[in-house]
Amino acid sequence: MSQSSDDVYWGKTSKLMVVMIALWVFFGYIVHMFVTPLNGIKIFGFPLGFYMASQGSLIVFVAMLFWFGRSQDKIDRECGVAED
Amino acid sequence: MATETKAGGASFIDSLGKIYAIYTGGFFGFIVIIAILEQLGVPNKYLGYMFMGLTIVVYAFIGIVTRTAEVSEYYVAGRQVPAFYNGMATGADWMSAASFIGMAGSLYLLGYDGLAFVLGWTGGYVLVAVLIAPFLRKFGAYTVPDFLDARYGGNGVRLAGVMVLLACSFTYVVAQIFGTGLIAQRFLDMPFEYAVFVGLLGILVCSMLGGMKAVTWTQVAQYIVLIVAYLIPVVWLSAKKYGLPIPQLTYGQALSQIADLEQNFIKNGLAPATMKLHAAPFTSYTPGNYFALILCLMVGTASLPHVLMRYFTTPSVREARVSVAWSLLFIFLLYFTAPAYAAFSKLEVYSTLIGKNIADLPQWVYNWGKLGLVNVCGKAAASADAVKAACGAISGHAGLLRWQDFGINTDVVVISTPEIAGLPYVVTGLVAAGGLAAALSTADGLLLALANALSHDIYYKMINPNAPTKQRLIVSRVLLVIVAIFAAWTAAQRPADILAMVSWAFSLAAGGLFPALVLGVWWKRANKAGAIAGILAGFGLTLFYLVITRYFPGYGVAYFGMTSLTDPTGKALIADMAAAMKAANAFDSWVPLTHPLASKVGWLNMNNISSAIFGLPVGFGVMYIVSMMTPEPSKQIQDFVDACRRPKGQTLMAEKS
Repeated sequence: MSQSSDDVYWGKTSKLMVVMIALWVFFGYIVHMFVTPLNGIKIFGFPLGFYMASQGSLIVFVAMLFWFGRSQDKIDRECGVAED
Repeated sequence: MATETKAGGASFIDSLGKIYAIYTGGFFGFIVIIAILEQLGVPNKYLGYMFMGLTIVVYAFIGIVTRTAEVSEYYVAGRQVPAFYNGMATGADWMSAASFIGMAGSLYLLGYDGLAFVLGWTGGYVLVAVLIAPFLRKFGAYTVPDFLDARYGGNGVRLAGVMVLLACSFTYVVAQIFGTGLIAQRFLDMPFEYAVFVGLLGILVCSMLGGMKAVTWTQVAQYIVLIVAYLIPVVWLSAKKYGLPIPQLTYGQALSQIADLEQNFIKNGLAPATMKLHAAPFTSYTPGNYFALILCLMVGTASLPHVLMRYFTTPSVREARVSVAWSLLFIFLLYFTAPAYAAFSKLEVYSTLIGKNIADLPQWVYNWGKLGLVNVCGKAAASADAVKAACGAISGHAGLLRWQDFGINTDVVVISTPEIAGLPYVVTGLVAAGGLAAALSTADGLLLALANALSHDIYYKMINPNAPTKQRLIVSRVLLVIVAIFAAWTAAQRPADILAMVSWAFSLAAGGLFPALVLGVWWKRANKAGAIAGILAGFGLTLFYLVITRYFPGYGVAYFGMTSLTDPTGKALIADMAAAMKAANAFDSWVPLTHPLASKVGWLNMNNISSAIFGLPVGFGVMYIVSMMTPEPSKQIQDFVDACRRPKGQTLMAEKS
C-alpha cells in the first residue's frame, strides 16, 4: 500500500468522523439547549423538548451508528483496505 | 485438538440462533408455568425462589458448558462472537442494577433533568464506534492497557492505564454486588450480608471457568431475561390503560395528564407554585450541570474498559463497528422505555393519591412504607395510624394528601409497578429476576476486566513474561476470585455513597483514559511522555475534585478557591459560607454525606458527579503540551498507528502459543 492511497483513505475516514461527531454534538447537546421553546410544541401529548431527550436523540444515535457502519465499510472497499 | 475445538466452535456459532430461540421460548414457558402455579395457590415466596434459583442455575450451566483452557478464548472469546450477539452481550454488560431498577425512579423524581442519564448512557456509543473500538479491535488487544503499551511503548503507560482501570472498575463492581445483595434480600428475605455472598457465587460460576467466552454467552442469556422482564409489566400496563401495548407511545398521554394534574394541584393549594413540573427543564440541575453530566457520562462510556473489551471479541473490524450499533439498539430498548415507567407511576400517584383523604390510602403504600421506602408527611408510611400521626403533627394540615407530603424511594418505581397496577405476582418475580440478571451480567464483565488487568497486564506482561499458558489462566482465575471476594466484602460494609460511586466511575474513566485512547489513534504526534502525563493529570484532577468536594469540603473552600454550589434558581446551597467555615466541623476529614458542606462546594458551580468536566480538558491539554515538548514517536510507532487505522491485515498483537 502506497503512502498516498493511505492518505486518501484516512482523509475520507476523518471526514466521516467529523460528520458523525457534528451530528453527535447537535443531537446530544445543541437541540436540548432549546428545550424550553420546543416544549411549547406538543406531539401525541409529548412536549417536543422532552421527547427529543427521552426518545428523539436516542433514535438518531441508533440510526447514525448503523449508517456509520455501512458508510465506513463502503470507504474501506473503495480504498481497498477492507478485510477479506 | 486445536482444529477439533475450532470445528466445534464453528458449529456452535452457526447454531446460535437456534440455541437462543429455544432458550427464549423456554423462558416464556417457564413464566407461564409460574403463572399457573400462582393460580394454584403456591405462596409468592416460593415463586420468587423459583424465579431467582432457576435463572441462576441456567447462567451457571452456560458458564460451565462454555468453560475454556485456551488463552484467546479466555481473554477475547476466541474472536468469534458475531456482531448481533456481541451487541446483546454488551447490552447486558452495560445495563446495571442502577439502569434496571434505579433509572425509572430517578426519572420519576427528577423529571426532565433525569433524562441526562438517558442521553449520557446512550450517546457515548457514538464515540465508541467512531473514535475508539474498531481501532482497538484491529490492534488485537486483550485488554485496554495492551493498546496503551503498544501505542506509546513501555510499561509506564501500561501501569498508568491499569491504575485508572482498577479505580473505575472496582468502584463500579462494588455497586453491582451491592445491587445483587439488595435484590436477593428483598425478594428472598435473606439478611443482606449473606445475600451479597450468594450473589457473588452466581457471578463467579459464570466468569471463573470460561473467562470472556463464558461471560459472553451468559450475558446474551441475561440480556434476554432482563429485557423481557423490563418490558412485560409496562407493556401490560399500557395495554390495560390505553388499549395500545406500546408504552413508548402511550406515555405521551400520561405526560399531558400529569401536566393537567400539576396545574390543578397548584390551583387547589395541593402543591406549592414552585413544584417540580415533570416536563420542565432545569428544575434539579442548572443547565451547566445538566450538560456537563451528559458529557461526562458519554465520554465515560467510551472509556470504560469493561465496555471497550467487549468489542475485542468480534471476528473482524467491520463486525466491531456494526456490533456497536447493535449494542446501542439493545440498550435503547430499555432506556427509551424507562421514561414510560416513570410517567405511568407518577400519573398513578398523582391521580389516586394526591388530594385524597389520608385515611384512604391504598394498601401498597403501607407495604412499601413498612420497608421505609414510601414516606408520607416526612415519616415512613408504615400504617394508617403512622400516617395520621405524621400528618397531624404538621400544623394546618387539612387531612388531604398534598404533593409535598408524598415521598418514594427511587428503587421502588420499577419494583412496585406490577403491584400498583394490580398485575399478578408472577410479574413481580419476573422483574426481580430481570434486576438480578442486570446486576450479575455487569458484575461479570467488570470482574473479568479487573482480573484480566491484574493477570495479563501486571502478572504476564510485567512480572513473568515467560509464564506458560496454563499458569497464566490459573493466576487469572485465582485473582478473579480474590478481587470478587474483596469487592463483596466492601459491598457488605454498605458504603454510603453507593449510587454516587457509579457516576464517579464514569468521570474517572473519562478523565483518565479518553485522551490517551483517542489521541493514540487520531494524532500520530502523541508520544509516551504526553500519554503518561495526560493520564496522570486527567485522572489526578478528576479524583482530586471528587475527594475534596465530597470528603474534605472545608479544605476545598479554604485552600482551593471552591465556592458554594447553587440550586437551579441561582440560590447558593450554603447561604452563609463565612459562618459555615467558622463552624467547629468545617475542617473535618472524610466527612459523612450529612456534613453541611459535603458535595455542596466546588469550582464553577459544578457538581462532583461531573468531575471529569475539569479532568477531561486538562488531560487533553497536558497530553498535547507534553507531547509537543518531547520528541515525536519513532517511525515504527507511526507505522503502527497506520496499521491500526487500516482494517485490512492481521491483528498487530501476536499471541505466543
